[in-house]
Amino acid sequence: MGKRVAKEVSIAIADAVKLARAEVIAAYPITPQTHIVEHLSELVANGELDAEYITVESEHSAISAALGAVATGARTFTSTSSQGLALMHEILFIAPALRLPVVMVVANRALSAPISIWNDHSDIMAQRDTGWIQLWAENGQEAVDLVIQAFRIAEDRNVMFPTIVNIDGFTLSHVIEPIELPDQEEVDAFLPAFKPKYKLDPRKPLTMGPVGIPEIYFEAKKAQDEAFKNTRRVILRVWKDWAQRFGREYHPVETYRTEDAEVVLLINGSLAETAMTAVDKMREQGKKVGLIRFRLWRPFPMQEFRKAVSKIPVLAVIDRALTPGGVGGPLGTEVRAALYNAARRPRVVNFIAGLGGRDITVEDFEEMADRAAFYLKKRPKEAYEMIGVRES
Amino acid sequence: MGKDQGMMPWKEVPFGLYILEPGNSAEFKTGNWRSLRPVLDKEKCVKCGTCYIMCPDMCYDQQDEEGYYLVNLYYCKGCGICAAVCPKNAITMVMEEV
Repeated sequence: MGKRVAKEVSIAIADAVKLARAEVIAAYPITPQTHIVEHLSELVANGELDAEYITVESEHSAISAALGAVATGARTFTSTSSQGLALMHEILFIAPALRLPVVMVVANRALSAPISIWNDHSDIMAQRDTGWIQLWAENGQEAVDLVIQAFRIAEDRNVMFPTIVNIDGFTLSHVIEPIELPDQEEVDAFLPAFKPKYKLDPRKPLTMGPVGIPEIYFEAKKAQDEAFKNTRRVILRVWKDWAQRFGREYHPVETYRTEDAEVVLLINGSLAETAMTAVDKMREQGKKVGLIRFRLWRPFPMQEFRKAVSKIPVLAVIDRALTPGGVGGPLGTEVRAALYNAARRPRVVNFIAGLGGRDITVEDFEEMADRAAFYLKKRPKEAYEMIGVRES
Repeated sequence: MGKDQGMMPWKEVPFGLYILEPGNSAEFKTGNWRSLRPVLDKEKCVKCGTCYIMCPDMCYDQQDEEGYYLVNLYYCKGCGICAAVCPKNAITMVMEEV
């Protein structure tokens, strides 16, 4: 078993990439992702990690270089945030369609304007439909675990899809936490070498990314969608194996004190830990409040999610991104859609909170739970409500 | 329409839509959307090979025993360049009947 040490989460993530024996890293620094790639470049420069570190002129190039690298059969890592992720946008669609299993950590940060380096989820929500597997970490240990798991999931021959591990910028990336880094032998036993069935090799030429004329484009997308949905089985298998080896369990939908709950909060990312504190506090006061968060966001864990909320009267979905003029935040909209045809479903209340680094406190979570409880008897009138905005 | 035009059920789509066989574009039928077809008048043709040289798709790459250039309709898109450049006006573009 590895040692439990106090580490900045970004540094621990870089160490996890090293433990995964990444062979190529192509990245462009951007706050708050910087420490991850900075430490990786140090590890490569010091000879501690035998990898090719490609310094590029932009995130568009970073992801492009990463795709080229993984296409040759090299285990490849990149990381970005916010505007950098947005700049990658057009290439992000190409990776899953070409079945190129890059692993990327996104240190979630608000999008401009106004310019903000602080945390929310607007960057990643704008990339929802790019076709990447998406996972969420709430703390440093999970970030480390998920990064190592992400390589195994992405590179599995029954998966072969790029994978994003979401970590909150600053509130997770820059905090120092006690983290247990597994031993190299343990990671080696868990994570086999990357051996894709097809790769770019001059001795055996093949074409990746030919034009898809109208006669085949649709079938190619159907094949991609089916293969993507089927990754679920592998993800569950990998998590089962991880639990057996390391004793830490991961589920597509994580629940906390939801049994007999009348109001359940739903939030992704590190603030779910603050929400847990709020739930504990409210439970002590006799309020029946629980918490749910998505560990797996894409492919959407429909079955697990519907099961998790089937007996809940009110679900308070807390979005950390805004869909201007829309029918809710991205999370709220999706959750409502997922439940629309469900036989048993909760009433859904959608809150927008914590944009651009605005803190969501224990008290804010209590306020949201109380407001949600109000809707036990009444239907919400508004599509969404903002929490924590100064009115006067 | 069949596989020579890229038509296949989704379950048969190759992994990632990769092309695993180098040079297989030659199998792809590109002449199916032609609306005009070149027809040669052997009385006028002098076998000069201008059609062979000028065809942008190299459709006149075969000759019969007598030396007349044959158009390969598997690829010919009916652009009419051969008819336009023929010094003897031996090629006429005729409408493809459905």
